[in-house]
Amino acid sequence: MTARTVPARPSAEDTLRPLPWRRMAGVTWRQHRITLAGVAVLLGALAVWLWVTGTPLHHASAAAAACHPASSPACQNLEATFDASATSNVMSNKGPGGVLLQLVPALIGAFAGAPVLARELETGTFRYAWTQGFGRWRWALAKLVLLGVVLAAATAAFGCLVSWYFQPYSSTGHQAPGLFENSPFANLFGLREVTFPAWTLAAFAIGALAGMLIRRVVPAIVATLAVYAGLAFATAGFLREHYLTPLATTGTFNPGTSTAWVIGQWSAKDGRFAFAGNPPDSLINQFCSSLPPEKAAGPDGFTQCLAQHGYVQWTSYQPASRFWPFQWIEGGWLLVLSALLIAVTIWLVRRRAA
Amino acid sequence: MNVVEASGLGKRYGRTWALRECTLEIPAGRVAALVGPNGAGKSTLLNLAVGLSVPSAGAVTVLGGRPAGSPAALDGIAFVAQDTPLYKNLSVADMIYVTRSLNRRFDQPYARARLDDLGIPLTRKAGKLSGGQQAQLALTLALARRPRLLVLDEPVAMLDPVARHDFMATVLAAASADGVSVLLSSHVLTELERVAGYLILLSRGQVRLAGEVGDLLAAHGQASLEQLALGYLRETQTSEVTR
Repeated sequence: MTARTVPARPSAEDTLRPLPWRRMAGVTWRQHRITLAGVAVLLGALAVWLWVTGTPLHHASAAAAACHPASSPACQNLEATFDASATSNVMSNKGPGGVLLQLVPALIGAFAGAPVLARELETGTFRYAWTQGFGRWRWALAKLVLLGVVLAAATAAFGCLVSWYFQPYSSTGHQAPGLFENSPFANLFGLREVTFPAWTLAAFAIGALAGMLIRRVVPAIVATLAVYAGLAFATAGFLREHYLTPLATTGTFNPGTSTAWVIGQWSAKDGRFAFAGNPPDSLINQFCSSLPPEKAAGPDGFTQCLAQHGYVQWTSYQPASRFWPFQWIEGGWLLVLSALLIAVTIWLVRRRAA
Repeated sequence: MNVVEASGLGKRYGRTWALRECTLEIPAGRVAALVGPNGAGKSTLLNLAVGLSVPSAGAVTVLGGRPAGSPAALDGIAFVAQDTPLYKNLSVADMIYVTRSLNRRFDQPYARARLDDLGIPLTRKAGKLSGGQQAQLALTLALARRPRLLVLDEPVAMLDPVARHDFMATVLAAASADGVSVLLSSHVLTELERVAGYLILLSRGQVRLAGEVGDLLAAHGQASLEQLALGYLRETQTSEVTR
């Protein structure tokens, strides 16, 4: 072995300029390229699938829309063709596509986010990484922000494709039964170009924090999926309808499934709350027992009958015009949540004893 | 200058103190050996010195008064942890790239020349190297950072005798030729005989003995480091048992 001369030592200045952030780009890429390739393959495969199934859908929709006069048998045929391809499609209520897409942010977040710190802690490599000159909290911040931005950009592009795919459904008023259930908000709301990256980022941040807390890869992934599922269900089930105060209207209200998201219905009499939802049997027996069955079975049969007895039906709803405000509200709070979770993670990296 | 200074340093995990009331000054320019049985607190002390853990009591500074874990401290210390953790799925070349990126100084020609000497191919994944090669790679990366203090936690515990000898030879070459101060922990006493100039004896989380090896041997009338350490450890253990 050759003897080495004493290398030039830095002067004992204690105010060292921190190493430039850009150095983490190559480090992050080398360490996480397999994960990022996996995300690319997953999103790429789904994108090809959406493209292949979506192109005939767009053609059928365009053909139906261009047809004149709309009432002619030929045009009715084209409509039927579109409806058939829309309902038999993988993304329809009968297909697995929608459910699969719902899983994508959770999978990306869990498998890309949870191992970032958990693998270092599990294998002991944090002892290497955190004692390098870059500094541990800057190392963690650079990694998480870089990966988060890349994942958000990729999923935002994918969200645009999802929006393109469903554009024939939402723009022409064609409604594949059950696809949107009773609203354009409920399903697929989280898969659009704003919410999809936001949910992915939130899952990623949940994963990073879970990895830091649990310190083991597999349990951290499981915990991430569980927390994400809880958050997604709570949001879809309870939170989303309260983003803006719902509008309320009286009378027999049937705005059509494509123009509003009905939150709730109730009836009032003489300005006082009477009952929520469907009328109770006692009222029907009292006022509408003479209603012929074929009329009662019709739409709003009992409601019309009760209206003659002074019952006013109220409906609260979110109009379709609020779709984009709702997108930005959801994207906004998820972004704030993600930033908070990452801040807590960094704080733990800084504080936590090894 | 002292490379490590601790005063009243303590670290508690839950209710048990892994290290307590540790006060010592390790001078620069030596190979300092941290000796003691398993669970004596060696790793705890090293983790505190390199800034991986935060003290529960007292304080520790390195390289002449810099707080452990501060940017200036990180810049001047290279740490090779127990079992030499490396990114197993990265190639040797990638490990060099990562280490170079994460540090202010990195002597790439030195790293490449040494790995070449050792016959470690740059394209091999770190996880596919033998235990001895992994330890040598970790040591090479640490030395290429041109540290002023090299900290090694149980560096040779997992190595076979040949790899052990080669590893220590590299450490000694760095210490003598480049003037790097070394602090290493071990429970393999025979390995330290040839290399250590300064000794710290730990047991049950407390410093039992610290000083220049020559002084300690003379003061205790022992011929070798091993006898000195063994005698001292037996003594403290029996006295604690009888108490």
